[in-house]
Amino acid sequence: MHRFANPARFMRLSAAIMPWCAALAAVLLGLGLYLALFVAPPDYQQGEDVRIMFIHVPAAWMASFVYALMALASAVAIIWRHPLADIAAQSAAPLGAGFTLLCLVTGSLWGERMWGTWWVWDARLTSVLVLFFLYLGYIALVNAFDEPGRGARAGAILALVGVVNLPIIKFSVDWWNTLHQPASVFRLGGPTIAPSMLWPLLVMALGFMLFFAALLMVRMRTALIAAKVRALRLAEVERHAAAVLTPRQAALP
Amino acid sequence: MTRKRRRLIAVLAGLGMLGIATGLVLSAFSDNLVFFYSPTDLKTKPVPPGRRLRIGGLVEQASVQHEADGKTVEFRVTDGKSDVPVVFSGALPDLFREGQGVVVEGRLAAGTLRADTVLAKHDERYMPPEVVDALKKSGHWQEGEAQR
Repeated sequence: MHRFANPARFMRLSAAIMPWCAALAAVLLGLGLYLALFVAPPDYQQGEDVRIMFIHVPAAWMASFVYALMALASAVAIIWRHPLADIAAQSAAPLGAGFTLLCLVTGSLWGERMWGTWWVWDARLTSVLVLFFLYLGYIALVNAFDEPGRGARAGAILALVGVVNLPIIKFSVDWWNTLHQPASVFRLGGPTIAPSMLWPLLVMALGFMLFFAALLMVRMRTALIAAKVRALRLAEVERHAAAVLTPRQAALP
Repeated sequence: MTRKRRRLIAVLAGLGMLGIATGLVLSAFSDNLVFFYSPTDLKTKPVPPGRRLRIGGLVEQASVQHEADGKTVEFRVTDGKSDVPVVFSGALPDLFREGQGVVVEGRLAAGTLRADTVLAKHDERYMPPEVVDALKKSGHWQEGEAQR
């Protein structure tokens, strides 16, 4: 684990993996969209509207997955003080917020068509909205400090506290009466979704995952390079200051 | 004990406490976290008349009656044990039909729910229509969510 968390090694490895990841994501998302829109059958109740699921469900999975990853990276940052962990958490946050927003918007469109309402305050919808605000709060908190180290630490603690929301999202539909239907794929007793619809969904989900991985690597690489540029600039300023100050200091008795 | 180990234990203990606290709060507020009550809940926990509430269940088979004015509809919402009569006047969602899960919102008057909102639920099953027809033919089809 520590072997791969070295920044220099990460730069080398990610440079090699990232293009493949991005290319495979593009292929899978293209294939997945084709399967979802043209090959998958309409639903017995929802007709053609069911195709929103192929965007909504992978986005919802990614929203929770990215948060779990962000919290794990934050725990590693707090416990082992690993330089890459903070960068990973901070790079993942806007991506997770994006997936959550996509999930909320597609869910709203779907809800209007099927339930007859854009939004209700049931436990599932509300807990996902809370997840969205947790992402936004994390991003705001990390950037609220002049000193990056303190922002990272405060953000890491917020990310860890927010973890309690993940089981609430997952089990909200089982613990309480909700308008949202219970889980169809990750449930005891196997999926309640026909294989002809499950396959396109899984292709889309894998595409989303690789898309996220590629973007995360790009963001982490950018953050690492930006940190290096900042360090070089600081060193330059210090050298300059030293060059200006030294002769005068030398002239002092 | 090294500092890393101490931090690890602090994080795990903190998360554990937080989990327990959240669990207690959620179980304490469980009654208020439900989006709707079932018709049976309504029988066991009487609500003061005139208060807005939501009731969820299945539209009872052969209970839907359309009034002569063309927009008022009467039906019964059932959870298999008890049922509640509902009167609603307005546009119904496309999924509304007998045997479908619905959530109705309104006020109780003389045992009847005067609803101003009817929302349709759909269950967790996704299937092509041919599969459903085949299941119905072979007698393996279970209607709606009443069985859960």
